[in-house]
Amino acid sequence: MKEKIIYSKRKLRVRLKQHWQLYLLLAPPMLYLLIFNYAPLYGLIIAFEDYKPYLGYLKSPFVGLQNFARFFNSNKFGQVLPNTVILAFYSLLASFPFPIILALCLNYIPSTRFKKAVQNVTYAPHFISTVVMVSMLNIFFAQSTGLVNNVRDALGLDRLLFMGEAGAFRHLYVWSGIWQMCGWDSIIYFASLAGVDESLHEAAIVDGATITQRIRFIDLPSLKPTIVTLFIMNTGKIMSIGFEKAYLMQNSLNLETSEIIATYVYKIGLLNQQYSYSTAINLFNSIVNLILLLTVNVISKKLSDTSII
Amino acid sequence: MKRKCKEDKIFLICNTFLAILFLAVCLYPLYFILIASFSNPGMVSGGKVWLYPRGITLAGYEMMFTKNEIWTGYGNTILYTLVGTFINLTLTVSAGYALSRRTLPFRRGINLYFLLPMFINGGLVPTYLLMNALHLVNTFTIIVLMGGVNVWNFVICRTFFENNIPEEILDAARIDGSSELNFYFRIALPLSKAILAVMILFFAVGHWNGYYNAMIYLREESRYPLQLVLRNLLLTTQLSAETSDSGMAQLLNLQSMKYGVIVIASAPVLILYPFIQKYFVKGVMVGAIKG
Repeated sequence: MKEKIIYSKRKLRVRLKQHWQLYLLLAPPMLYLLIFNYAPLYGLIIAFEDYKPYLGYLKSPFVGLQNFARFFNSNKFGQVLPNTVILAFYSLLASFPFPIILALCLNYIPSTRFKKAVQNVTYAPHFISTVVMVSMLNIFFAQSTGLVNNVRDALGLDRLLFMGEAGAFRHLYVWSGIWQMCGWDSIIYFASLAGVDESLHEAAIVDGATITQRIRFIDLPSLKPTIVTLFIMNTGKIMSIGFEKAYLMQNSLNLETSEIIATYVYKIGLLNQQYSYSTAINLFNSIVNLILLLTVNVISKKLSDTSII
Repeated sequence: MKRKCKEDKIFLICNTFLAILFLAVCLYPLYFILIASFSNPGMVSGGKVWLYPRGITLAGYEMMFTKNEIWTGYGNTILYTLVGTFINLTLTVSAGYALSRRTLPFRRGINLYFLLPMFINGGLVPTYLLMNALHLVNTFTIIVLMGGVNVWNFVICRTFFENNIPEEILDAARIDGSSELNFYFRIALPLSKAILAVMILFFAVGHWNGYYNAMIYLREESRYPLQLVLRNLLLTTQLSAETSDSGMAQLLNLQSMKYGVIVIASAPVLILYPFIQKYFVKGVMVGAIKG
């Protein structure tokens, strides 16, 4: 302890010299972040301008909050904002219980080999690319040839064009996400369960507790901090719901529900080249997200004494 | 006591069924794609293929060989994955290591510098405009560089090093005259094979499966990675073909090949990951404990 105090009081210059090789390791990633993550922040000023590429960032006319006002007053605002929020919350709430159930289920499988097999298989969908995932949705839900419609047909029901149905988009998006991520997300719960004190279970067994009671009174309470932290963290990420899958699942028929902020920003910005307008929408999204994240962090600190930042 | 034992038995039986259900639901779609890729396309679309391949044929795979763009894409993806993963590792792991060292001056500030990009970013258009100004659009460089420092993985690495490389070893090495870099490459990294394996997997899968950066930044089709080729092949044709009558012939043509394409695109990752699986728990847990 004494040594440490002396160490920290040693002259800065000496310590800098002592660690110069560590700064050498840090230099490339810091330079990288400067160019690829910090420099683009400067470009955010075009959200407040009527940006013209031939005039550049500094000479383009300043318009204040006009781009934001235009977004709030456009009819797209009333579409893409609710779409984003509904999709994100639906996804968060529906997908939350499954990894916990899977982890508890795995925890009470007596055979190690069977447990390993279930784990390996349930992790697998996580490694499938978004493109393949959406292709598989197209295959299984195709109107004339898909498995789901073949089953419907056999049951005497109509064949539906699921992929082109605005009402089906959210369900397909969320439930395919659950299929893909359930196994992977269970890892953390499974690991927490493995960390539960064995003696608690032993004592409970001696007292004649059933497995159901052990789950209720030992396992679930010990998972609680993990559950709370993850739930809060995911709430903080709600506005940054992924572009990739929504964009690939999109088509002219389901646009009514599938157009979210991220896909709209892409279309307006890169396809229509309305740079300023697109940047403003994205900035609005980022700010809402940041506020959400900070709020959630404060709540988390109060509730469970775990802060994310 | 006996009643309770019986209750447990019922629970265990139900639990086994639940596990089988999870297993089946995750496995069946993948299994179906695999058997469909070896089956007669007419029988697949007619709903005759369920549990095993029927009308076994390799026609789909043969047809794939005539599609040059698939193989160009495959080659590109392998290259992007190898180079990209190497860059990711070099940048992210060394940053994680350097900032795990408690004696480093300005550690907190630099740490913040690494964490901030998780919360604020320029977004699509400003980043695109900058890359355009740097003449990086439509180049090999941008695809391997994008996402070079991954903040989340950086946190995982830093926490791993903090908990697994004791200062005592460093002190001992220093007495032996080892320099900081020497220590990092000769001692710290070899002691961290588990986290390196997890990082390689995370980064490589990201590059292998990614299409977003390629879609935004690449113009030339000869540079497209596999996923972007697949997207154009499988997704843009599918719905347009389904909604128009004239597309039916085109659809059947595609039908015979699409299962095989999915198999060859996903197989490398699905075959690889079980070997690194034992390290997952460690990697995921480390990141979760200290966010």
